[in-house]
Amino acid sequence: MTFNPAILLDNWRDLLDGLVLTLLIWVVGTVLGLAIGLVVATLQLFTNRWVAAPLTFYVALMRGTPFLIQLFVIYYGGPSFGLDLSPLTAGICGLALYGGAYFAEIFRAGFVSVSPGQIEAARMMGIGRLDIVRHVQLPQMLVIILPALANMTVLLSKETAVLSVITVNELTSVVQSIGSTTFAFAETLLFLALVYWALLEIVTAAARRLEKRVGRFMLRAQG
Amino acid sequence: MFNTTIIIKSLPLLLEASVWTVVYSLTSVAIGFCIGTLMCAARLSTSPAARRVSAFYVSFFRGVPLLVQLLISYYCLPLVGINVPSSVAAVGTLALCTGAYITEILRGGFLGIPAGLIEAARMVGLSRTQILTRIEVPLAVRFTLPSLVNETTMMVKASSLISVVGVLELTRLAQNIATSTFQPLEIYLTAGAIYFVINGVITLLGALLESRFQLEAAR
Repeated sequence: MTFNPAILLDNWRDLLDGLVLTLLIWVVGTVLGLAIGLVVATLQLFTNRWVAAPLTFYVALMRGTPFLIQLFVIYYGGPSFGLDLSPLTAGICGLALYGGAYFAEIFRAGFVSVSPGQIEAARMMGIGRLDIVRHVQLPQMLVIILPALANMTVLLSKETAVLSVITVNELTSVVQSIGSTTFAFAETLLFLALVYWALLEIVTAAARRLEKRVGRFMLRAQG
Repeated sequence: MFNTTIIIKSLPLLLEASVWTVVYSLTSVAIGFCIGTLMCAARLSTSPAARRVSAFYVSFFRGVPLLVQLLISYYCLPLVGINVPSSVAAVGTLALCTGAYITEILRGGFLGIPAGLIEAARMVGLSRTQILTRIEVPLAVRFTLPSLVNETTMMVKASSLISVVGVLELTRLAQNIATSTFQPLEIYLTAGAIYFVINGVITLLGALLESRFQLEAAR
């Protein structure tokens, strides 16, 4: 077995493009997922059950089926109902819909964690429903659910690798094509693992710092 | 147009393939549980080297996407002279991956066991292995059952990725049928529904087991 890391240097442009696309997919997918999650959780809790029931079903469905199958349904099945998306768009939509279901559950737990007494008090003072969510519930619950949100965000960064299966040219896909043209599978794949590993460690460390900072604010507010 | 006949025609084949999905995912959870128990014991041991190995293992297998792990085992094992069927390599990789998560889950369970209980067991003269297998593992499993059941459903979903390295299971067969019939929407929705049912059954069984444990504890 030969080990020739120079192959990576020869292809650094493609690798960089792949990494940038992976990060882009991750960030856009996460932001959209957070938006979907917040909207779904809010609708689940504050509307009637005719709205809530389908949303609950959506959350259960996305959490109960593999992400890969979801991507296949959107990308390969989409054209059957007039949804002709590029691989990248389909992938980002898939990631957002998948993450959104998990985020919705987290937000829902967060809404429930704010004591009902506060909401009653706010309502007594004549504060509108939307303002209560914005100024009373969200600021408090965000602190509580931050670790869960951070955890899910980190998980989503790993899911981006699955997009390579529907031919999105992100990092995993780029590395695979370099591997199959040069037959340098060991170098390329180990490099790939190291990049993801480093990325995950950096993001996790950043999340821990953020949690600590926010936690400090919480302690100060209490004391 | 939504084509229901293709669903009815391919359903028996898909159900047959879903047996493999269940077999592969449950096997990897079972192996992963053994790995997780060992790694957890290492993590909580007094030996710094064992602790470091366990921490490294957990960090790597939770830090690298499963798909990348599968690609490594698929392409790189033959390079170092290990030639096993792709299904074996895939199940091994799934087991190592879920083992890392189970290590973390069990760690919480082990830490929840009262120290007095272990001391008492040692006083009665139970050996270290006996304490581990008869007292610590059963209690830790009981404490962490919801998380373990959740991890099992995650593995059922994750097993769809082994289709990428050419192992025939539900997702792979769905792909084969979808490309030969040109009805991807119907086929993938059916496959998704089967995964959904499998995970529903696992969650249900988990809840039953949990309530049984609670009854026992109450008695």
